[in-house]
Amino acid sequence: MNPVTRFVKKLSILLGRKRFSSELDEEMVFHREQAEMEFISGGMTPEAARYAAMRQFGNAARLKERSHEVVGFSMETVVQDLRFALRQLRKNPGFAATAILILALGMGVSEAIFGFVDAALLEPLPFHDPNRLMAVDENSAMFPRSNLSRADYEDWKRQNRSFSSLEVYGGTGYLLRTASGLEPVPAARVSDGFFRSLGVKPMLGRDFLPGEDLPGGRKIVLLPYGTWMKRFGGRSDVVGQSVTLSGDAYTIVGVLPREFAFGPRGIAEFWVPLLDKNGCEQRRSCHNLDGVGRLRDGVTMQAALADVTGIAAELARQYPGSNQGQGASLLPLSELIVGKVRPILLTLLGGAALLLLIACVNVASLLLVRSETRKREIAVRGALGATRVRLVRQFVTEGMLLAAAGCVAGIAVAGWMMTLLKHLVPKTMADGMPFLSGVGVNAHTGMFAAAIALLAALLMGATPVVRLSFQDIRDGLGDGGRASAGRFWRRIGANLVVVELAVAVVLLVGAGLLGKSFYLLLHVENGFDTTHLATVQVMAPDKIYSDNAKTTALYRQIKRRLLALPGVQAVGLTTDLPVQCNCDTDWIRIVGKPFHGEHNEVDERDVTPDYLPALKARLLRGRMLTEDDNASKPQVIVINEALARKYFPGEDPIGQKVGNGELDPKSVREIVGVVANVREGGLDDELWPAEYEAMFQGSDNYFAVAVRTAQDEKTVMPLMVKTLHEIDANLGTFGEITMTDQIEGTQAALLHRFSSWLVGGFAALALVLGVVGLYGVVAYSVSQRTREIGVRMAMGAQRSSVYKMVMREAGWLTTVGVGIGLVCAVGVSLLMRKLLFGVEAWDVSTLAAVAVALGGAALAASFLPARRAASVNPSDALRAE
Amino acid sequence: MAKKPDLLPGTLDMLILKTLTRAPLHGYGIAASIKRMSDDVLTVEEGSLYPALQRLLLQGWVKAEWKMTETNRRARYYTLTAAGRKQLGIELSQFEQMIAAIGRVLQDAQEV
Repeated sequence: MNPVTRFVKKLSILLGRKRFSSELDEEMVFHREQAEMEFISGGMTPEAARYAAMRQFGNAARLKERSHEVVGFSMETVVQDLRFALRQLRKNPGFAATAILILALGMGVSEAIFGFVDAALLEPLPFHDPNRLMAVDENSAMFPRSNLSRADYEDWKRQNRSFSSLEVYGGTGYLLRTASGLEPVPAARVSDGFFRSLGVKPMLGRDFLPGEDLPGGRKIVLLPYGTWMKRFGGRSDVVGQSVTLSGDAYTIVGVLPREFAFGPRGIAEFWVPLLDKNGCEQRRSCHNLDGVGRLRDGVTMQAALADVTGIAAELARQYPGSNQGQGASLLPLSELIVGKVRPILLTLLGGAALLLLIACVNVASLLLVRSETRKREIAVRGALGATRVRLVRQFVTEGMLLAAAGCVAGIAVAGWMMTLLKHLVPKTMADGMPFLSGVGVNAHTGMFAAAIALLAALLMGATPVVRLSFQDIRDGLGDGGRASAGRFWRRIGANLVVVELAVAVVLLVGAGLLGKSFYLLLHVENGFDTTHLATVQVMAPDKIYSDNAKTTALYRQIKRRLLALPGVQAVGLTTDLPVQCNCDTDWIRIVGKPFHGEHNEVDERDVTPDYLPALKARLLRGRMLTEDDNASKPQVIVINEALARKYFPGEDPIGQKVGNGELDPKSVREIVGVVANVREGGLDDELWPAEYEAMFQGSDNYFAVAVRTAQDEKTVMPLMVKTLHEIDANLGTFGEITMTDQIEGTQAALLHRFSSWLVGGFAALALVLGVVGLYGVVAYSVSQRTREIGVRMAMGAQRSSVYKMVMREAGWLTTVGVGIGLVCAVGVSLLMRKLLFGVEAWDVSTLAAVAVALGGAALAASFLPARRAASVNPSDALRAE
Repeated sequence: MAKKPDLLPGTLDMLILKTLTRAPLHGYGIAASIKRMSDDVLTVEEGSLYPALQRLLLQGWVKAEWKMTETNRRARYYTLTAAGRKQLGIELSQFEQMIAAIGRVLQDAQEV
């Protein structure tokens, strides 16, 4: 008979379940009556005949059930199991709520972190065929990845055979005239094929056309969606309109689609073609652009790298002064965008997985305790004919029900956590992480949630099943069953607790190491007093401040006006504030020393005489810059200790001269002082050699002002900005921030803070769950041994020895758990070495602190049951059974 | 009391089908008939009979209808279907093959 008709028959029986049941009933009643009549005709009394028939017939309910099983779908029994499981959970709301809460937390955290991992690492970039896109750059001894110079780019673009298109982008800034005055806005300059190469088409208007990026070309601009909405109200007639950027009129040719986001220049509000070569781009040695290339079909990354490396080598031969030692660097574009967050995300995912494991183990051990107390119920069901498979299925059903409830609640937790975490990412960093917009509850996270729920269900279903299959069900009916089962349970339960404690140790050590890294990072030696410093970035229009005399006058006026503000002690100007980056570098050549064209890369900062004193940088030798070091005097510089050590080992650098590679007389300057290292690069970067040139001897339109105050520096900031605008309404100001906030807001600090707080949160949860798990095991074991303890005490055992007995058990479990955990923790910490700063994976103080903290918490948790055990009244205990 | 031999596994369906070749019967009737025909050697447990009947119904080898007995009681009578008759043939031939095979093995064993 074919399965379809059988299915239809089963279905019709299922639908007419009541009738099927009543027919079966009637049939059996008839059968019994017939049997009864036969007994009577055989000479029995009606009474005896009825009993005989009933005896012969056996358990009517069981018989019916077997008939039901034949015709029923297995679904039907699943529904029965489910209903029973629900009843069990309802009967025990405390247990159900605890289990579901624990699971929801564990699953929710994992799902939330997975949401980020999925968006950042698994989802492809929102460009056409993104796997073929490469970040193309130069490299040198000091920089594994350095910018492209425009001249080099033009040669690379013309000569390479590996890229179907090779484009560049670079950052810039403009002063935008708005209703409230001049506002500095970040922007990006790109080669004409940039958007075509990415596969991005404007949603309004047109793309840049080939040839529109050449010097002398028409000034045109593309608006990203955000700018279009924010500054142009999303009007469709913007195309063809003009916008004034730093005094020049640009024609809007198009609007980029909403989903367009380019991480490396995420903050750009305007996209313009390269056009005229700026000062930097006129020199082959000045690197200010980044490349993005699309690999030709069939060309591998290695082949492309070999190709551009060859071109770079040829250029180095051709232009040794600017290109010696300049190689090429290739990186998948996705790596450039998510490379920094990958180790953090993977660490967090690992932490979340461990937390989920603890949560599942915890719930599994709760279920185990319950299965123990339900031993009699199971035995009774077994005796009434429930098969072992059916009993096992009941437990699996309960595990699945819990997992499903946990999963649903977990998705809610995950959704909430993802929103929270996204808000914790500061705007400046979020701009560089366009994938954040893809984070949320979606099909992928849903599938992940289902997968982990299934795993959790299996784990939780399996634990009681393992227990069930180890033990003969019938034991449960006898009184003697208790002791042996108790022993058995203690073995599994204890193993589970060891797992929990070990995992908690791993998470705590991870959190401890990350926390310590973060602390060390924030307390790294910066070489200046970071407190009481207010800073602001200034853009002075180069049309107005066009030469040294005008800029110097501006610098002096800024100093004079800001010094007059209440509480201001010193005012310094610099081209780059400290703790930013080892960037804006210069290649120096020392006069009178052998030189073979090597690139001696040093950080270059143009500063006013008051800048280093305002930072409270320490002068080691010579003098600081003075007001007299101006354009009418020979050029002078102050260097840092690192530069002195590296290029003047064992010599006095004061009076020595440095210049550019050709020792162009205009570039030669004399060293007049040495200061202790001021950290120019990021918190976790190396200290680089640095030179401080006299700002009065140059002309910078883009600089930062640092103000040292006597009082809270925050109070000065609004006044500072107001005063700058009073000096000249044409000055653009932005990024006003205190130095301490700025340092805490640097990428290194944020990434470390993010990971240490999150892993710390995981660890705290793990600690609580682990300790509660231990408490559960010990408390249960005490309750099972009440009679034994009573006997011991009746025989004369002291309360202290009962204490000792219980505490010894807890102590043993804790020691094993913590021991295993410490070993695993060192292994795991080695894997996340990339995220550590200043501490080793085997940092003894962290390991010791974790061991002591967890050990202490564990012993405290087992003290309660120990006290209960010790206060057992022997006569009560003996009567208890 | 001597224990009655259990039914050979897998033979219940065949016995029921065979019993129904003579006339439609109700459940009790089937059990009683098998008992009588086997001279009280084979007893069909009620616990096996009804599930087996459901199985046969589901396979379409028998069909059931409610009728009145001679004593005017409502009872469910089972009738063999054409498919059931065919199935009986298959099961009988399989059973004979098996008995023959067992017989050969036992004979062999006696000769040793």
